[in-house]
Amino acid sequence: MPVVVIQSLSKEYSGRQVLKDVNLEVQSGEIFAVVGPNGAGKTTLLRILDLLEEPTSGTVSIDGISIDYSSKDRTAVRRRIGMVFQQTVLFNTSVFDNVAYGLRVRGESRVDIERRVKAVLELVKLQGFEQKDALALSGGEAQRVALAQALVVEPELLLLDEPTANLDPRSVSVVEEALSRINREMGTTMIMTTHNISQAESLARRVAVLNEGRVEGVGTFREVFGRSTKAVQGFARLENVFYGVSRITAEGTSLIDIGDGLCVEAAFERVGHVTFHIPPEDIILSTRPLTSSARNNFEGSIVQVVDMGPVVKLKVRSGRDFIVQITKRSFGEMQLNIGSRVFIAFKASSVQTN
Amino acid sequence: MTLNITHDIDYKHNSAIECDMTTDAFWEEVLNVTLMSLRVSGTAVLMGASIGVPIGAFLGLRRFKGKSTVMHLVDIMLKSVVNTFMGLPPVVVGLAVYLLLTASGPLGHFGLLYTPTAMMITQLIMVVPIIIGVTMSAVGDVEKAVRERALSLGATELQAAWAVLREARAGVLTSVIVAFGAAISEVGGIMITGGNIRWTTRTLTTAIVVETELGNFDLALSLGIILLSISFAINLILTILQMKGAKR
Repeated sequence: MPVVVIQSLSKEYSGRQVLKDVNLEVQSGEIFAVVGPNGAGKTTLLRILDLLEEPTSGTVSIDGISIDYSSKDRTAVRRRIGMVFQQTVLFNTSVFDNVAYGLRVRGESRVDIERRVKAVLELVKLQGFEQKDALALSGGEAQRVALAQALVVEPELLLLDEPTANLDPRSVSVVEEALSRINREMGTTMIMTTHNISQAESLARRVAVLNEGRVEGVGTFREVFGRSTKAVQGFARLENVFYGVSRITAEGTSLIDIGDGLCVEAAFERVGHVTFHIPPEDIILSTRPLTSSARNNFEGSIVQVVDMGPVVKLKVRSGRDFIVQITKRSFGEMQLNIGSRVFIAFKASSVQTN
Repeated sequence: MTLNITHDIDYKHNSAIECDMTTDAFWEEVLNVTLMSLRVSGTAVLMGASIGVPIGAFLGLRRFKGKSTVMHLVDIMLKSVVNTFMGLPPVVVGLAVYLLLTASGPLGHFGLLYTPTAMMITQLIMVVPIIIGVTMSAVGDVEKAVRERALSLGATELQAAWAVLREARAGVLTSVIVAFGAAISEVGGIMITGGNIRWTTRTLTTAIVVETELGNFDLALSLGIILLSISFAINLILTILQMKGAKR
C-alpha cells in the first residue's frame, strides 16, 4: 500500500526548473532512497514533502489524502512527518529542551516528555547528554540530536536529507543503526536522500535516481543499477562512478579497464561489465608521487575546486575525472589551486560495487 | 588645581564647581551628575526597548522576500529608513526636540524644556531606531532556519515565531546595550534640550564639556573616567554576549 504518492510534481524558482514532472510512490513502512548529484533537486523534493515549500504544479498525497499546500494551517499534516535537515539547526538551549521541543508544541505531559526524551537519547547513544549545551556539541553529536528531535514524536513518515553527510564514522553507524531499528520496530516510512550509494543500498529497499530535477530510474537497486540504461548514465553523474570491463588477476583481485588507458584494481572478483564507484573521501591526494600500499595510483591536474565548508572537493583530471575530498586545512597547507599537478591514490578495497 | 574662575562662583545652585570646595561637595556633585546620566539614559533606553523591540521583532519576522516585487521594495525602503534613523545626529534630534518644547513651540505649554524629561525624550528618539535596527537584523538572521526547524518539528506559526524570538534573544539584548552605550555617551542633544543646568540637568557628558571649558580638569577627568568605566562595563557585557552567540 503506497503511503506517499507524488504525481507530476514540478517546482520552479524564478524561472529555473528544479523538479520536472516527478512521479514516485513510496510504500508504507519502507525505506526509500533518493540518490543524485548536487543540485539534482533532492533537498527541494524533501522540503515539499515536509510542507516547507509549495510545488509549482503536481500533487502529493499521504495515505490517499492530497496535501492542500494553500491551506492556512498545515500543522496537522506536518505533525505526522519528521525531517532531519542536512544543515543541523539546533536551538540555543540544552539537549533535553531541544529534543523535547516537538513534544512541547504538541502539548504532551511533562512525565511523558521526560520518559520519551530519555528513551530517544538512548536510541541515538547520547544518554547523559540531557543537560549539555546543544550548541557546544560536535557535528556528529549535533546531527544525532537533530535525529532525536525528529524521532521523539514518532512520526509516520521520516524525511532524511543526507543524514550522514560529513559525519564521523561512529556517528554514521549510530545513525544508520537507529534508522533501521526505528523502521523495523515502529514501521516508520522513510525517504532519505544520499550521495552514498552503499549506505543507500544497505538501508533502503528501493531507490530513485534524481538528476537535474528528473527521475531517471526507480526500483530496486538491481533494477536501477543492474542494467546500462539511461538511468545508469544519470547515475554516472554521481561522484566517481565508472563503468568498465573487468577481469580477474592472479592475486584474486579484479582489474577493470575503464577506457582512456586507465585500469582500476578492485578487491572483489568480477568478470565482464561492472559499474563501480570510489568514495571521494577514500582517495589520497599528494603533490609528489606516493609510495604506499594503495594499488591504484594516477597522476593528474586539478580542474575544479568546490568549497563544501570544512572540506573541499576537487576534480582531478587524469584521463578521467576523479572527485577527491580533502579537508580545508590540507587544501590550504598543500597550497593547491586549479591547474596544480597532483598524484592520487586509493586502495583496491575502496573500489565499491553493488 | 590653581586656576580660579571668578565670574561663576556666587552661589551653589547655579555655578560651576569651585576649585577649593571640600572633598564631600566634590563627590556629591560627581555622584549627582553620574546618577543624572544613568537616570536619563536608563529611562530613555527602557522606554525605547519597550517600543523598539516589538517593532524590530515584527519587522524581522515578516517575510517580504519572494512574495512580490512590490513587497520586496517595501522591505528595502523600510530597512533603509531604519538604518538612516540609526545614524541620526543627536544634535539634530536635540534641535528638533528643542523647537517642539520651546515656549513658542507646539508643545511649549508643557514647560518641559530644560528638564530631565526633555533629555529623556531626546535620547528616546535617538535610541528607538538603534533598537529597532539591531533587533530586526538579529531576528532576521535566525528567522529562516529556526522557523523552518520549528515548523518541521510540529510547531504552529505562532509557536515558530516565539522560537525565533527566543533564538534571537542575545541579539535583542545586544540592541538594548548598544543603545544604552550610545545614550550615555551622547552630549549634543541633551545639551540643547536639557540646558546643562547644575544639579538639575547636568549629566556626565555635559559636565565634562563645561568643566573642561572652565579649566576644572581634575573634575572633568574624574567624570571622564567614570564615563569610561560605564562604557567599559557595557562593552564587557556585549563581548561576553557575542562570544556566547558566536557558538551558533
